[in-house]
Amino acid sequence: MKQSRIGAWIAIAVGALYFLVPLIGTFEFSLRMRRGVYSFDAYRVVLTDPRFQATFGYSTLLAFATIVVGVILVVPTAYWIQLRLPRLRPVVEFITLLPLVIPAIVLVFGYLRIYGSSSFLPLTSNERATDVLLMFSYVTLALPYMYRAVDTGLRAIDVRTLTEAAESLGAGWATILFKVIFPNVRVAVLSGAFLTFAIVIGEFTMASLLDRPAFGPYLQLIGANRAYEPSALAIIAFIVTWACMGLLQVFGRGTRALAAPAPERIK
Amino acid sequence: MAFLEIQGVRKSYGAHPVVQNFDLAIKRGEFVSFLGPSGCGKTTTLRMVAGFETPSAGQIRIDDKDVTNLRPNQRHVGMVFQSYALFPNMTVADNVGFGLKVARKPAAEIRPRVEEMLRLIKLPALGARYPSQLSGGQQQRVALARALAVKPQVLLLDEPLSALDAKIRVSLREEIRSVQRELGITTVYVTHDQEEALSMSDRIVVMNEGRVEQIGTPFEIYNFPLTRFVASFVGTLNIMKGRVVDPAAGRIEVDGQPIMAARGVVDAKAGDLRSVALRPEAARLANGKDAPGDDGNRMQGSIEEVSFLGSVVRVRVRFKDSAISLDTFNTPHVPPPERGQPATVSFGRADLLVLEGAPPA
Amino acid sequence: MAEQSQVVARLPLMARIRPEQGFLVWIGVAPFLIFALMFLILPTGYLLVGAFQDPAGNFTLANIGDLFQPSILSAYWISIEVSAASAIGGAIVGFFLAYAAVLGGLPNWIRPTLMTFSGVASNFAGIPLAFAFLATLGRVGLVTTLLIKFFDFNIYSTGFNLLSFWGLALTYLYFQIPLMVLILTPALDGLKREWREAASILGASTWQYWRHVALPVLWPSILGTTLLLFANAFGAIATAYGLTGSSLNIVTILLYAQIRGDVLHNENLGYALALGMILITGLSNAAYIWLSSRARRGLR
Repeated sequence: MKQSRIGAWIAIAVGALYFLVPLIGTFEFSLRMRRGVYSFDAYRVVLTDPRFQATFGYSTLLAFATIVVGVILVVPTAYWIQLRLPRLRPVVEFITLLPLVIPAIVLVFGYLRIYGSSSFLPLTSNERATDVLLMFSYVTLALPYMYRAVDTGLRAIDVRTLTEAAESLGAGWATILFKVIFPNVRVAVLSGAFLTFAIVIGEFTMASLLDRPAFGPYLQLIGANRAYEPSALAIIAFIVTWACMGLLQVFGRGTRALAAPAPERIK
Repeated sequence: MAFLEIQGVRKSYGAHPVVQNFDLAIKRGEFVSFLGPSGCGKTTTLRMVAGFETPSAGQIRIDDKDVTNLRPNQRHVGMVFQSYALFPNMTVADNVGFGLKVARKPAAEIRPRVEEMLRLIKLPALGARYPSQLSGGQQQRVALARALAVKPQVLLLDEPLSALDAKIRVSLREEIRSVQRELGITTVYVTHDQEEALSMSDRIVVMNEGRVEQIGTPFEIYNFPLTRFVASFVGTLNIMKGRVVDPAAGRIEVDGQPIMAARGVVDAKAGDLRSVALRPEAARLANGKDAPGDDGNRMQGSIEEVSFLGSVVRVRVRFKDSAISLDTFNTPHVPPPERGQPATVSFGRADLLVLEGAPPA
Repeated sequence: MAEQSQVVARLPLMARIRPEQGFLVWIGVAPFLIFALMFLILPTGYLLVGAFQDPAGNFTLANIGDLFQPSILSAYWISIEVSAASAIGGAIVGFFLAYAAVLGGLPNWIRPTLMTFSGVASNFAGIPLAFAFLATLGRVGLVTTLLIKFFDFNIYSTGFNLLSFWGLALTYLYFQIPLMVLILTPALDGLKREWREAASILGASTWQYWRHVALPVLWPSILGTTLLLFANAFGAIATAYGLTGSSLNIVTILLYAQIRGDVLHNENLGYALALGMILITGLSNAAYIWLSSRARRGLR
């Protein structure tokens, strides 16, 4: 049926304008560092700043740790729920929804009180322990997406039949987990990993309140004190996010579960 | 005189022709089927009549008015979809009354009309139910009622029974036909099921790859197919490769055995290859006692396969390269023939169909 | 005991842990449950309990009452307003964008591009987003200066200020709109083409189709997602912090200041603040979940 497409084009045009103009504006602003002429000076300053390298490296390391711990936590759990404890599924799904409902700032508030220096498990009393706490906070933030991706991936490969087939061929549980299950959820895990990376890199609230030298607080510091570098950083952050999402699309072809996105955490 | 006229209609998507030169004049109250395999263009033609597609060329006229450029909601045509397309947020009664509501008819007029329609499809008590609470057959009947409630000038049905079970299909197609007869509404019915088309239609349009192969009554289409495609698509058919011996006299040779057609073979010379076809019900197992003087055809072969189907025994007789399947009735005191036995197949001259064109290699 | 475990070890995995041996089944999910307890349930529970306690640990409702003091109430109110404004704005713009991409009859590349970009934009939030908007609509931002240069129009002269309620709402739209697009697009896919055609052949205009068929089918999705957007904005802090520092009085920034430096001079009041937040986001999310299950049923 032929129908007027003008309205649709107008909507797209308005949307494109709203979304592209800030990016253009930021980029343009970031080029203004050298008076009177466009240059990449701001980027040079930022990228050679030892604090940038330190905090970006710290956040990257933390992101990898989060992904590893997240995978170790989520994959066996999702597998177990599907195979042995389907009755517990509603409980587990409710738990994975909690990080979406409870704002991150409330969570970290709770952590500070329960694991603060005067509590029974003083994780904040030394730096390494606080790093561990921050990592677990990030695992919590990434939990909904990681679990949903893996759960969908497992359902798609009919885990029960695969396990039974492997057993009838003589495989032990370790073989099953590592040779049968993990390879088949690799795609789902990768998708979850990219999303986690994007989440952790830009996260501000938890890192700031736990006083760790992560990328988020560094961004905020630069923003408060400098003029042009923040824009350069924003462009860099955007490129990193884009790369993560792009890789997610490339690897996550089958996991439509992640089409519903990762909101809240870093806002 | 014709109520619905489709004149010279063509449809192409880019360079790809989907419907080629469709010409048809349908009388008021007539039930016409478009029959053909998937992709033959029957649904596209129907959608052009409905207004969902625009013809690349040609005209569509309803009651002598050119509707080719009218939008679907201006044509006053009813349509029943394969997937029922009932609105899930409305009750059955609201669905049926939808066309009247958008025409801003007063509620006092809508209600009795809806009840009348529900009685017509024999579901008077289901007005308050939602489509998701109905079976497939019930949903399709409601879709029919919805299409008819606005008293359209033409009713279009797009493979309405394809999604239903076999049993329901049979009972529902009788119901559709009786409703159509009762209301006397001009109807176009698209299907790929030849049994449906044969049992319901006043006329059938057989289509293949965008082209019209034949238009005729069910009797004509079945007994006098004009092309090999029509012959093989409609009903089952025994097809054999024959060589023309004497085109004027209609003498043909199949596997070395001479047979005669009722008429001469057109457009052929001696030595040409032609497909000949025979309906299974036209062939009989003859015993040698038949009078030699009859002018029917006889072919000698041996029994290749016997299938006992209960009341019917299906026998396949093989000659050299060709074979003929025929059905005989089961008689309890006569044992069915055995494989390997020699057999004679007899059939009348008029039953032999000589198809146009050379047989495929 | 050793014998029994030897026998048990030889059984296939499925048989090895029978429902009767109830305890062993739980080992598989123990790490997850412990994690959930330590990092989700206990922390939240601690705050919730603390909201009802006074500094000595006795039960009291005073903290809840204290939430209603003007400064805190206004923080809640501003949070609610910003969240509502960005949610409704995001819902409306997001709906039209999704509609354009799915049903607008546009070239095929528009939809995947929109979806990919929405996926990225919905994650591009927090401090970098604040920077981006400062660079665009700030006092020396690109758009501001362009408008002055070419149209002699200074948006700041009209009273507009990026570091304000409206500026924040405008900035929040950057991740609210994509979220709406991402969630609503599958819902729009669920609108069967035959419904549109059936409505049309029965005489309905486009507007009548939307009013009687499409919107009734879609409204649970639309309303539910709007509530999700609301909760989303309510719990956001990084963007606001990057934009306005701690100058804008919204609940999350207030809570941040409280955690950092006990600005309320009452630990338990801070807990009550968190309780209020959880209540509001919890209710919105619950409504979203309930509405989206309704939406799934309605599209059958």
